[in-house]
Parts: sequence; structure tokens; C-alpha cells
Amino acid sequence: MRHQEKTSSKHNFEECMKCTVCTVYCPVLQVNPRYPGPKQAGPDGERLRLKDPYFFHYALKYCMNCKRCEVACPSGVDVAELIQSARIKYDRSAPKLRDRILASTDLMGTLARPLAPVVNGVTSLGLTRSVLDATLQVDHRRVFPKYSGRSFECWLKRRAKEQAMYLEQVAYFHGCYVNYNYPQLGKDLVKVMNALGVGVQLLDGEKCCGIAMITNGMSARAKKNAERNLAALRKAGADKGMKVLTTSSSCTMTLRNEYPNLLGVDNADVRDAIQMATRFVFERLEAGATLRFKPNYHKKVAYHVPCHMERLGWGVFSERLLRMIPGVEFTLLDSACCGIAGTYGFKKENYEASQAIGAPLFEQIRAVDPEVVACDCETCKWQIEMSTGYSVQNPISILADAIL
Amino acid sequence: MRFDTVIIGGGLAGLVAGISLQQAGRSSAIVSTGQNALHFFSGCFESMQEAPERLTALFAGAGIHVHYNPGVRLTPLGTFREATLSLEDISLFPEAKFADKALIACVPGYLDYFSAFLAEGLEKQGIQCRLCSLDLPEELQDGSVERRSVQLARLVDRDWKKIVQQIRLLIKDEDAVILPQLCGLQDASVPEHLRQEIPARVVFAGTMPPSIPGIRTQRLLKRRYEVLGGTYLSGDEALDAQVEGNKVLSIRTHNLDNHALEASHFILASGGFFSKGLRSNPFRVWEPVFGVDVDFDEDRNAWYNEEFAGDQPYMQYGVKTDAALHPLVDGTPRENLYAIGSVLGGTRPELGSGAGLAIRSAFLAVDEILESL
Ligand SMILES: Cc1cc2nc3c(=O)[nH]c(=O)nc-3n(C[C@H](O)[C@H](O)[C@H](O)COP(=O)(O)OP(=O)(O)OC[C@H]3O[C@@H](n4cnc5c(N)ncnc54)[C@H](O)[C@@H]3O)c2cc1C
Ligand code: SF4
Ligand code: SF4
Repeated sequence: MRHQEKTSSKHNFEECMKCTVCTVYCPVLQVNPRYPGPKQAGPDGERLRLKDPYFFHYALKYCMNCKRCEVACPSGVDVAELIQSARIKYDRSAPKLRDRILASTDLMGTLARPLAPVVNGVTSLGLTRSVLDATLQVDHRRVFPKYSGRSFECWLKRRAKEQAMYLEQVAYFHGCYVNYNYPQLGKDLVKVMNALGVGVQLLDGEKCCGIAMITNGMSARAKKNAERNLAALRKAGADKGMKVLTTSSSCTMTLRNEYPNLLGVDNADVRDAIQMATRFVFERLEAGATLRFKPNYHKKVAYHVPCHMERLGWGVFSERLLRMIPGVEFTLLDSACCGIAGTYGFKKENYEASQAIGAPLFEQIRAVDPEVVACDCETCKWQIEMSTGYSVQNPISILADAIL
Repeated sequence: MRFDTVIIGGGLAGLVAGISLQQAGRSSAIVSTGQNALHFFSGCFESMQEAPERLTALFAGAGIHVHYNPGVRLTPLGTFREATLSLEDISLFPEAKFADKALIACVPGYLDYFSAFLAEGLEKQGIQCRLCSLDLPEELQDGSVERRSVQLARLVDRDWKKIVQQIRLLIKDEDAVILPQLCGLQDASVPEHLRQEIPARVVFAGTMPPSIPGIRTQRLLKRRYEVLGGTYLSGDEALDAQVEGNKVLSIRTHNLDNHALEASHFILASGGFFSKGLRSNPFRVWEPVFGVDVDFDEDRNAWYNEEFAGDQPYMQYGVKTDAALHPLVDGTPRENLYAIGSVLGGTRPELGSGAGLAIRSAFLAVDEILESL
């Protein structure tokens, strides 16, 4: 008997058995009745789109690419990839000016940073926020991330010599957030790595990973960034054999998964070298390395696993690392989306949905009442801080604070 | 990463085993690609002729309440089936004629619920039926909106008082009200509120999947497992194992790639064909993670019964084990590996089927592990 061994094409589209499980876990479907949901927007819609692109529906833009449908699917269908790649392939509407601005995290950073005090002042003014709302449809209730006066790259460059003295070296893909908004996280990583006897280098020519460009209809630009990043990653990862560490789960997922699967950029030779810093540190400690912790340290920490960390499947490394810190009183928060999804929640049309999605998480945080919420994603940090008033820190920063 | 026990599959069997191990002070991890058969759960535990204290206590610890009332339950198609143990919101009756007159409420545009079949089935039992429809919440009035059980249940959990008001206006002399099982997703107390406030016997009739009581059960069991310190790796797939002699040393997973999960014991709770715990092609049936022996008929024509609704022989296929549930490889047991739940198929009839099999086999494997030290 002859039979077909492989029955599945890109994104495992044919594996869908129509079980509806993904519709249970899509956060947008629960709050926005205009969104058709992962099953209809993904595998069901794809069958129609393959017949005729006419069936592409604008409502696919409501998908925030959180990947919860993929984590839930028992058949291994890459539902969110199907939806995002349909947007890339069929959506011919030009991105709005607002979406272009929101997506240009690195350009915004470069422009805003030298004027940080002014920009921070201006974006926190009620008037500016109303103007942004009216002109660009960026919701006026959003609190904007602050820009830092000096970039992380600039800070680390000054320390390049000192870092080069360490026998072992890693490269750091810091991402736009660490560079422009919150260099402290990068400094914390350097402190932790140095404590492990490892020096930290910049990549040669890092660009924004491009995740916001992908979800905002600018995949051509995202692809350019991907190619430049891969060149930089190759120099560090493939040529020098260094690990490339990250502190943002979304950048990591983009570099590792979205480049090949959505943008068609092959990263096979460097993919394994790209790792979340918490995984790297955990594996070091597991292999016998030691850190010197502050005596009498105490902190009540609640850990929120960001959606993209959940998709990577690496939340366990951050969790275990935090649990290892002497004096940490640890709570794992229920798996839930905070509702921001990068630039998604900044858009006026998504604000209500975004806050409704996050509500159960915010409620649980208030009930646990921790000193700090731990989380590996910068946009979750803005969302949770704005919505609950609790301070949010990357597990690496918490670790840095706990060591001598 | 090292644990006392690593469990492959986070459905009913895997979670019951994981919770029991955590309670006994053993560290464990559950690796599960995607969700499981609980999302299709009727709420009734198949093949449970008794209500073991151990099970009710484990469930109560997770905030899940079950009741034991041997009799029959109403199926979504209006027929009755024998049942003994079920979640609290599922009604069990001593006999099929549980009322004289029933008001059957349906939701306009919700296609996963069969009120006409229900009426036909109940009339057969001598229960007089009247159909009525409930007003939809504003959010769902647009005809283009997808109405699935989960979307509706969220709104019913929020607006259950409005359902009570509507039913109170609609009800005449009926002594029973049949509502679609669309409540108690987030807030497990809603079914009970509806029962208290509606002046007739309230019976929830199952809908097409996803099952609301099943999803709630999954969520509460997983939360309980995590509260007890268990590590649940969701969306990750166990790929293969490293074995030395008859012992499994570690498994590799898709997401953790070269970071192996090591343990003293391993439990295979990966489900049946539906969950891909068992795989097949036209020539054979196999178990993909450990490659253990599978009991199936060499003659492909014997796999299925041409009568569609008849018993299908392939449903009995499953991994071969010894008395202590150690799977066999070429006839030799893997000494620190256990197989539980639907991956066993019908190979262990004395352990029952469905949820009964999942629970009994989970307890058996846990006891073996706790005794083996
Ligand atoms: C549609 C349907 C309806 C049912 N309804 C009922 C009912 O009403 N009452 C009843 O008593 N029984 C019912 N059953 C029987 C049901 O199978 C059992 O009750 C029980 O839920 C099975 O649990 P399990 O844990 O053995 O398997 P499952 O629930 O199938 O869980 C197995 C899990 O393992 C995961 N997995 C598989 N392979 C891997 C891998 N390589 N790595 C990691 N994870 C993996 C799967 O993704 C899945 O999440 C039903 C079954 C089906 C299919
Ligand atoms: S969960 Fe997976 S298999 Fe089920 S309907 Fe969604 S995409 Fe299809
Ligand atoms: S990626 Fe998130 S928002 Fe998009 S369909 Fe999947 S679950 Fe829904």
C-alpha cells in the first residue's frame, strides 16, 4: 500500500481537527466580539483564503499575536503564525501613521533620548495625551514609557575594556527598551554576568528585532532588520562561538521563531546561540557555579510568565532562578495575558479590550500583594505598573539586587 | 533540570498523578503539548462504580466538588445514560422521568446545543416540554459574532441574575427548567446560584465542545498542582528519552531542546489517538516518545468496525504494561516508567475506561513510585 507520510504544510495548517480548544484560550475573543477568533481567523479562514484572497478579513488585525492559541492547540497548529502570515500576505492597506510611529521603537528612541527630560515631561502631560488621542488615536489613558537620557549602548561602550578582561564572553541583544528606556536592566545583567565571571559585549550593529513592525503591517522593514541582526548574530554566535543573551521574551521569540517562520529569514546556524539570560544563569548555577547572596535578604515576589515566554516554554528557568534566591518568598501567578501585547494596547480602538483582558491578572496581583512583580517582558511591565501600581522588574534585576 | 518524577501529558491522568506526588512531598514536572480530553468532558466520570475518598479529597482540595448518585444522566442529544459519579453541576437522576413538565431554554444563534432533540428525548420519557429562548446580552446581538460556549459562559457568569429574571417571567407550571451548560467557567458558584433562584428543578444540558465544566476542572486542577509547587510546562512536547539498561534517565523536549529533564521516575500520561499519545499509519500503531510495545491487531482490516456507531476495535489499542503499569519494550518492563490514562486503551479492562481508568491508573502508579523510594 502506498501512503502519504507527511500530510502537513507550513504552520501545520492541515493538522487542525476543529476541536475549538484554541477559542477557549484566545484573550481577544473573550472581550472583543468583532474578532473572529483563532480557529476562524487561522485554519478555517486559511482554507478560504487559499481559494480566493477576497476572503481575507480586516478583523485579523485584532489578533495581538500573543500565541496562547498555539500553546493550547493539541494538534500543533501554529495558529497565530497562520494569522500573522495572512496579514503579511494579503493585507494591502498601508499602515496608519500612528502604527508606523508606534512600530518604530528604535527610531523613536534615537529621536527622543537626547530630549528625554522634555519628551518624558511632554508625554506625561494630560494635554499632550489628549492631542495624541485626537490626532493619532493613541489612547489618552495610556501612560507612556519614559526615555532615558543616556543609552545603554553608550554606557557599555565605555566599559568595553573592563568587560573584555573576563576570560569568558557573551554578547547581549539588549533590545530597544533597555537601550532607550531602561538601561538599568542592562546594567543589572552586566552585574550578574560579571559575578559569574563572564564579560558582556555589545553586538556589532544591533537593530530593533522588528516585532512591532510585523504586527503593524511593516514586514518589509522588519525583514531588513532581521537580515542586519542576523549578520550581527552570526559574527558573535557562529563565528566567535559566543552565546547571545537577551532579557526580553518578545525579542527572543522574534529572533528565534518569527524570523524563519514569518519573515522567511533562515536563522538555523545561530538560533541555538540565542538564549534568555535567565536560562543561561540557571544552567550555570545548576552546573555548580555560585553567586554570593546578600545575608538577611527578603523579598515577596510574584512571577508573571509573559505570553511569549510561555510560547518559548522557558518561564520555568526564570521561575526556578527566582526560587533559588535565598529570602525570596515566591508566588507563581496564573497563566494569563496582561492585555498590552506590545503596541496593541496603545491603540485607541484596543484600549478597552486590552484592560479587560488584563483584569483577572491585575486582580490576582492585588490579592497576592507582592513587593515586586517579576516578568521578562517590557510591555507587560508598563501595562501592569500602569494598571495596578505595583512595581515590575525583570528577574535578572531582582537577582542583581539580591547578590553582593 | 532534575525532578523526582517527570510526567508526560497534563490531562486528567497526568494532573491527578502530579497533584498526588506533590502532596506526598515529591517534586514533579508535567510536560504537555496543548490541551487535553477534559475539554470534551461531559462532567460524568465513566466507569466509577464507587466514590473513592482519595479522589473526592483530591478534587475538593482543588475546589472541585463531585457527587455520587448512581442513576442516569441526560445527554446533549436528549437520551439517558447510566452514571454514578459526576461534577456537582451535572444532575444525576434515579430514573429518566425526572419531572412532569420541563421548560427548555435555548440561546438564539447558538448552534452547539440541540433543544429540539432534548425535547424529543424528554417527551419519550413522558415529560411534557415547552421551548423558549433567552435574550442575548448586547455584546452578542450582532449576527456575525461567533457564539461558542466559552464566550457565552463568560457573559452568563457575569449576568446570571438576568437569566434568573427571564426564566422567572417565562416559567408557567413547569417543575423543571433545562438550561444549556453555559455557566460556571470562571465562577464555579454560578450553577448553584441559578439552582437556588429559579423556582423549579434546574437541569443543565451538555453542549457541543468545548465543555464548560471540563475547562473549569482542567483550570482548577492545574492551579492546584502549581500551588503545590509542581512545574507545568504547557505547550511543550516530549520528544524522546535517554535510556540505560531498563531505566529511563531523562527526556528531551521541543522547547527545552538540549536541556534534558532528568528524573528518578517517569509517567507516560499522553492520552490516546486523539491526543497523539498513540500514533498510527496504515501499517502499525506506535507510541512516539519511548517507543514502548503497543497492543494492536496486525491485520489492518480488523482495526475498525464498518458499523460507524459500533464499538471500534482500534479504541482498545494501547501500550502494553506489566501488573505495576511498567510499559514493556520487546517484552521487558521499563522499571522506572509507568503508563496511565487513555494511552493504555483497553489493555487493562480491570482498571475501567475513560475517567475511571485515568484516575485508578494514576493512583496505582503513584503508589508504586512512593513505595519504590
Ligand atoms: C472527545 C472525548 C470525550 C470524552 N468524554 C469523556 C467523559 O465525558 N467522561 C469520561 O469519563 N471520559 C471521557 N473521555 C475519555 C477521556 O479520554 C478520559 O476521561 C481522560 O480525560 C483521559 O485523560 P488522559 O490524561 O489519559 O489523556 P488526555 O486528556 O488525552 O491528555 C493527554 C495529554 O498529553 C499530551 N501529550 C501527548 N503526547 C505528548 C508528548 N509527546 N509530550 C507532551 N505531551 C503530550 C496531550 O497533548 C494531552 O494534553 C473522553 C475522551 C474524548 C477524546
Ligand atoms: S486548537 Fe488546534 S486543532 Fe483545535 S481548532 Fe484550534 S487550531 Fe484546530
Ligand atoms: S495569537 Fe492570541 S490574540 Fe491571536 S488568535 Fe491566538 S490567542 Fe487570539
